[in-house]
Amino acid sequence: MRRFINRRPDAVTQLALMLLPFVIVVICYMVASEARLSVNPNDKLLPGWSTIAAAVERMAFLPDPRTGNYLLWSDTVSSLTRLGIGVAIATLIGGVFGILQGLIPYFRATFNAFTGVLSMIPPLAVLPILFIIFGLGELAKVVLVVVGIVPFIIRDLALRTAEIPHEEIIKAQTLGASTWQIILRVVVPQMLPRLIDGVRLSLGAAWLFLIAAEAIASDSGLGYRIFLMRRYLAMDVILPYVAWITILAFSLDLALRLFQRIAFRWMYRGNGQ
Amino acid sequence: MTSFKLSSLRLFTAAFAALALVLVSLSPAYAAPKKDFKVGWSIYVGWMPWGYAQDNGIVKKWADKYGINIELVQFNDYIEGINQYTAGAYDGIMSTNMDALAIPSAGGVDSTILIICDYSNGNDVIILKGKDKLADIKGQKVNLVELSVSHYTLARGLESIGMSEKDVTVVNTSDADMIAAWGTKDVTAMVTWNPMAAEILADKSAYNVFDSTKLPGEIQDSLVVNTQTLKDNPDFAKAMTGIWYETMALMSAGDEAATAAKTAMGTASGTDLAGYEAQLAATAMFYTPQDYISFTETELEKTTHFVNKFLFDHGLLGQDATSPGYIGIELADGTIVGEAGNVLLRYNTEYAKLAAEGKL
Repeated sequence: MRRFINRRPDAVTQLALMLLPFVIVVICYMVASEARLSVNPNDKLLPGWSTIAAAVERMAFLPDPRTGNYLLWSDTVSSLTRLGIGVAIATLIGGVFGILQGLIPYFRATFNAFTGVLSMIPPLAVLPILFIIFGLGELAKVVLVVVGIVPFIIRDLALRTAEIPHEEIIKAQTLGASTWQIILRVVVPQMLPRLIDGVRLSLGAAWLFLIAAEAIASDSGLGYRIFLMRRYLAMDVILPYVAWITILAFSLDLALRLFQRIAFRWMYRGNGQ
Repeated sequence: MTSFKLSSLRLFTAAFAALALVLVSLSPAYAAPKKDFKVGWSIYVGWMPWGYAQDNGIVKKWADKYGINIELVQFNDYIEGINQYTAGAYDGIMSTNMDALAIPSAGGVDSTILIICDYSNGNDVIILKGKDKLADIKGQKVNLVELSVSHYTLARGLESIGMSEKDVTVVNTSDADMIAAWGTKDVTAMVTWNPMAAEILADKSAYNVFDSTKLPGEIQDSLVVNTQTLKDNPDFAKAMTGIWYETMALMSAGDEAATAAKTAMGTASGTDLAGYEAQLAATAMFYTPQDYISFTETELEKTTHFVNKFLFDHGLLGQDATSPGYIGIELADGTIVGEAGNVLLRYNTEYAKLAAEGKL
């Protein structure tokens, strides 16, 4: 008998197995929802499909009676704008500091311990200080995203930079490259795809901080809506919002991966992929 | 393929077990006579006596008298407690009348207000920075917890000077961050409650331009219990009523024991005796069963209409609601405000009357 570790599912089985956990979750939800609705038809905790569909229609396809906006879309635009700006700034800062910290000994000596300590401070615990410095407007939300993910990106990239074989740096020097040329021609091209990896890994945290920021003080956004609806247990709105955030986050991750594949084709060559 | 069958069989077994587990944990509590009761409460001036009663054996004394177990659970997040009660995990919860109507009642959970503990008489305040008239709020951004009693206070305040919410921009702000938010230059107008309001008003630039002394009896803080649980377990209601009025008698006696009790309540809510007394001054406590009974006979019907209108205007009575009276409210004397066919919130003074007559 072949060992279990050597058995591989065929294509169809693979697809079925992939879908199985999702199907189980949906069935669990349906049964539990049915059980609660049979006791209380107005139950808010696990609403039925028709209630959820009505909520989706109301939020996404009908203008809000008070503001005239299509709430799901206006919330999505607000949140993605904040997230986009925050992640872009964090990528820029992370890229510059990560490479310098990984490559230049003087820079590493100055900042390595500092970013190490900084990354251990939970940003949500020092919120009042962030408020006083950056106010309560859009800036504060972007800053929270940046502060939340930048230490990780810097540290990750510094490690990746330090992993560049020292022979390459020596070789560039024997060819007469200055520090600046080494950074631009040897290090940066290799580090850009790694930076994208770092950003991809920190996207989950970025969403977390964005939603926390929107929960604290806001008048629009996906996190704002979820926390507002939570005040009266409107799970029929919250569940589709959660699903929507998951789809957005998954798509962003996929987009970054595709970009990496196309822009840095060399990374996927040479190692059998 | 055998391997697939084998592993899929195991998977299905695991899935079935998981399903059963989820079902058990999510199915609502079916009402029937029972022995163990859970009631949630959160830190607020009018509810601190519950915590004191729990810590000092008053809860146990009354529970033992009726041969039941009562567990009072403190929630750090007020709304989460109400959500848990609505989902069926708790038998009772401390809530404002407005939230009781908007969350459990609008969610189809028939609920009864067994005791009104107090009403806000200055605890909810509209604060402006550098301006001393409510009319100056026009065009400003107002930081508050949206859809809360603060939002209600704002709506009623604006109404009182002929303005509406269209004249301001509401910014939803977490209550935990109000004091920090006040320190930022973006924030010029705020609605919040004590103890945060007192802290903010200590700032020289802060002016109290409207507060709940102008809305007497509209913001009630109550013990809300599941109506079915109440019907099946009158002993639970008797014990809760007994606990409350014994603690109230202790607290209002004006002797050394009262001071000690109030000091303990103040400390538990993060302040001291003086701070707690200051909060009590902005709160109309219902110290005796008679206070509660006479309130339901006089003010209640009028205030109920204001609350209904606010909730309806903000879509909080549910999407099917067609009028402010969509959810019927049964007053203590049996009068029904709103639709008689959809009564989901009831005021009950039956047990308070037993307490008044000393029959508990």
